[in-house]
Amino acid sequence: MAEPNVRARKAGADGEGHPSGDDRFELIDKALKRARFSQDQLIEILHVAQDVFGYLSPDLLVYIGRALKLPPSRVYGVATFYHLFTFEEPGDHSCTICTGTACFVKGADDIVLALSREHSVAAGQTTADGRFTLTTARCLGSCGLAPVAVIDGEVRGHLDAEAAVAAVAANLAASANGDDGAATEPEPERIAEPAGVAGEGN
Amino acid sequence: MSPRNGRPNVPVTIDGQDVKAFEGESILELARRVGVPIPTLCHLEGLSIHGGCRLCLVDTGDHKLKPACATEVTAELDVTTTNAEIREHRRRIVELLFAEGNHICAFCVSSGSCELQDLATEHHVDHIHYELGYERHDVDASHPKYVLDRDRCVLCTRCVRVCDEVEGAHVWDVAMRGNEARIVAGMDIPWGESSACTWCGKCVVVCPTGALSFKGRATGEMRHDPELVAFLARARDEGEWIDRRAEA
Ligand code: FES
Ligand code: FES
Repeated sequence: MAEPNVRARKAGADGEGHPSGDDRFELIDKALKRARFSQDQLIEILHVAQDVFGYLSPDLLVYIGRALKLPPSRVYGVATFYHLFTFEEPGDHSCTICTGTACFVKGADDIVLALSREHSVAAGQTTADGRFTLTTARCLGSCGLAPVAVIDGEVRGHLDAEAAVAAVAANLAASANGDDGAATEPEPERIAEPAGVAGEGN
Repeated sequence: MSPRNGRPNVPVTIDGQDVKAFEGESILELARRVGVPIPTLCHLEGLSIHGGCRLCLVDTGDHKLKPACATEVTAELDVTTTNAEIREHRRRIVELLFAEGNHICAFCVSSGSCELQDLATEHHVDHIHYELGYERHDVDASHPKYVLDRDRCVLCTRCVRVCDEVEGAHVWDVAMRGNEARIVAGMDIPWGESSACTWCGKCVVVCPTGALSFKGRATGEMRHDPELVAFLARARDEGEWIDRRAEA
């Protein structure tokens, strides 16, 4: 009997494992089947892939292109057209600042500037230590809460530069205090957030 | 242009002239057939329609401006191909294209064989009122025979279409959006590393500007040949191999 591939042990619910050795591809295959391998479903599949892997690597794009019988440049072109897709491995923590019209008017630029200064990272990039990714997006659809940011998956409204910097710092500190590896489960610490973050639950 | 059956029978007025169009014919095809000039940039006979540059805008009544290349004729259509307003729009489009890239003809391989240059002359673009966006992109000189200078690209997508539709290799596509939009080979790899590229050079000959050129050409030495595609389309669809040089 062949040695089971060690890397195949990530999600192998049905025991067989994906031939690539990475069982996350099973989720992609499932989505492809559900879409009946229709080329029109490319964007849907890209969404699934980004959810599963956190970002779209060149290998992943090639894999999807082959399955849908689309040339690589087409897949790459479609994927890079949309702001929602990322192509580099994200940091442990993230902050996406809305720079849509409403948020822009309410000073989103200051927030971007403050965070990129604080962490020496340009929008769209990850810090050298891989701890923090700063991104921007055009209109998150919560204009009533402008300016809005999504910090580690949580929508925060009525932010200003100071509050955003503090919120990010709190999350970073929370996962740094806990033993390393705690970065993905900061829930308990997150309760102790600075009071400056208003506007939630609106 | 695909072969048409029967006689043209759709009544259309174009610049005051009563003519008959074929069913499904575009305004541009009709205009060319009856000898009315309409400027174009992204359009190229023999390729699919892109409708992206908007230089072919014409007035179809009620001051509605439509791209002639991408608009089918309808019965009783009254088309105006030029007036002061349309000329102003076209002039602005050309100006914006100039503002976006490195279109300094004096230093360009394609000077004298450039559709953008011709359009600028035709529309009296003698200076640019917009902030210049150059330089934004990089030059890809990794291919042994050709060069891609992205700052000279107007994103007409002729190269993308000819590579996909005629050569069948689909090396090129447009990546990113807005100001960052750029032509990429494969998954944004250096052109010279593309295993799909057949070195056929069709993308280079159809390029309307100096964005794609043969390697080693000096200023003004590049000559494009976009009509090649119409020749290929006719050869393929109608079995006619007409000697283009003898015809010219
Ligand atoms: S502009 Fe920011 S949520 Fe709409
Ligand atoms: S020629 Fe019609 S839109 Fe470009």
